[in-house]
Amino acid sequence: MSTDPLLKIESLHKSFGTVEVLKGVDFSMNQGEVISIIGSSGSGKTTILRCINLLEEYQQGSVTLDGVVMGYKTDNNRRVRLPESVLVKHRSMTGMAFQQFNLFPHMTALRNVTLGLIKALNMDKDEAIATAERWLERVGMLARKEHYPSQLSGGQQQRVAIARAIAMNPRLMLFDEVTSALDPELVNEVLSVIKSLATDGMTMLLVTHEMAFAADVSNRIVFMNEGVVEEIGPPEQIFKAPKSERLASFLKGTTI
Amino acid sequence: MVYHFNFSAVWASFDLLLYGLGLGFILALVANTIGVGLGLILAFLSISPNRIYRLIGTSYVTFIRNTPILVIILTVYFALPQIGIGLGKIESFIVSLAVYAAAYLAEVFRAGLLSVPKGLHEAGMSVGLSRRQIKFNIILPLMFRNVLPSLSNNLISLFKDTSLAAAIAVPELTFYARKINVETFRVVETWMVASVLYVLACYLIASVLRRLEKTFALPV
Amino acid sequence: MEPILFFNELLGSYGLILKGILMTVKISVQAIIYGTAAGLIIGIILEYGYPPLRYLFRFYVDFIRGIPVLVQILAAYYILSVIGIQLSTLGAGILALSIFCSSHVAEITRGALQAIPKGQIEAAKSISLTFRKTVIYVLLPQALRQMLPTWVNTATEIVKASTLLSIIGVTELLMTIQQLISRTFLSLEFYFLVGFIYFLINFTIERIGKGIEAKVTIA
Repeated sequence: MSTDPLLKIESLHKSFGTVEVLKGVDFSMNQGEVISIIGSSGSGKTTILRCINLLEEYQQGSVTLDGVVMGYKTDNNRRVRLPESVLVKHRSMTGMAFQQFNLFPHMTALRNVTLGLIKALNMDKDEAIATAERWLERVGMLARKEHYPSQLSGGQQQRVAIARAIAMNPRLMLFDEVTSALDPELVNEVLSVIKSLATDGMTMLLVTHEMAFAADVSNRIVFMNEGVVEEIGPPEQIFKAPKSERLASFLKGTTI
Repeated sequence: MVYHFNFSAVWASFDLLLYGLGLGFILALVANTIGVGLGLILAFLSISPNRIYRLIGTSYVTFIRNTPILVIILTVYFALPQIGIGLGKIESFIVSLAVYAAAYLAEVFRAGLLSVPKGLHEAGMSVGLSRRQIKFNIILPLMFRNVLPSLSNNLISLFKDTSLAAAIAVPELTFYARKINVETFRVVETWMVASVLYVLACYLIASVLRRLEKTFALPV
Repeated sequence: MEPILFFNELLGSYGLILKGILMTVKISVQAIIYGTAAGLIIGIILEYGYPPLRYLFRFYVDFIRGIPVLVQILAAYYILSVIGIQLSTLGAGILALSIFCSSHVAEITRGALQAIPKGQIEAAKSISLTFRKTVIYVLLPQALRQMLPTWVNTATEIVKASTLLSIIGVTELLMTIQQLISRTFLSLEFYFLVGFIYFLINFTIERIGKGIEAKVTIA
């Protein structure tokens, strides 16, 4: 059981209208692994994450998380998207941190984190607050728990957003370019939080442009190009000895 | 409860309804034209550096906007004769609607004027245009383009207010609808037809205004 | 103009006027409450509902908004008794005003919901909130705050529209004033008075609205 991959993506195809963005994506992840997805804009990196947590629909292929086939079933040879109530349950196995943070502006940091615990997981109020405070402390935001998002810097907001996602106890954490919208001086506080979570054994899938960070924190790197996985391997291989030409030229355009 | 629909009574007087609708259009056109002119003046007053002008502009708008239009109509028609201003039904309604329209349109224009970047005023001055020329050649054309959507909404709303002319027995659509209703007892049919006429009229006005918006839109 | 006579009449009839004001307030409050409740629901349907429902209510809203309030009031007044619904004149008037209010509130609600960034719904989805809970805890609180000024505007429109009920014989404030005028012939004075009273009522509503806005605006 423990040697089965936690996440299995098979033959994932996704189109937006007539434009095919994912042209057959395959890879799998083990529990406790940290994988970073890199590639140029439009290569489909973010789309993969959004397909995993069912924010997007996809036309072909399957995503299996912890043995559960997510989002779709086959009914008499026809592929059918499951009803929203089931999708909600599947989604609860993942947690996502967004590029734009998407904190609820009308709630304090604490309430942002407890909302899902109380309303989705039906936790008792005191337990929810205790859990939320534990995670806020983990990301270094406990002192600001009564602040509203508008009173927090970008880095602080993103850390609260990460706490909000992790407090829900997901099997897999998805990070969608979480530092791309931050001012440079605020990037590090978020990256160190992610690094410490990785050290604790959290299974994480990151889409990022921060190459040095990706090399530092990941077990493996996935390089996406034009909708397919072009190359996949440990950081030393990807960054020092890339096998594919496209990866080599992509790396030339970035600094490590 | 079965209701037997019988539209024949309504069709027999359909020409009256159309006449009423036509009168409504004319009332709206005249009153709104005056309202636009007056509203523009009020808008300029309310952003004037002169405190007294500003006070006049904003007080007028605040007072009239919060007053029911029916009160204005009744005041102009019934009360003004007491101080010597006696107007016929149609004239007095046009005056009432114009006064009311000016207050709403002044707000629209004021927002429009404020949305024109200040730099353009200065640019005009540095090119040597007089304040008057700047107003007419630069500010107003830009402002009109900006406010067209909001202006359209208000104009349609003011057209619907012509129905209140019925309150002082001006023979417009609502007046005739009520007359037909009372005379024929064909309640549902009458009001259905009247409603559809109004909805179509509003749709027509909206389409015309949308065409205007497109015609005047700046190339993107 | 005869100020002394006017003040005498005013003193003698202020009880009647107060009753009229009370009736206007009663009418307006009811129409606003019913209309807002219905309007919020319709607005949610317009933005998030299944397409057939959406089209149905889109048609409803667009149709109602194309009809002048007076026509709605007259139609309600004449039609209701004919199709067997027993409603008093007052009830018919409040019904018409409520429908009018609901169409405006629906449009405002839809606009406010549409303005909320899509990321909010995605964030709610990613913490496993059902759509119902997302609307209640995430979307509506933001939409209501955004709607407040425009909604206050709609409320003042309802107060002004209540004057139209005088045309179907409801004894609200304007009708009361008209009765006083027919007795005293002091039309100018009384019309100015009633205009001023409505102005005060609406001004108060706007002030209250601004107060609420200050309280609920986030830091």
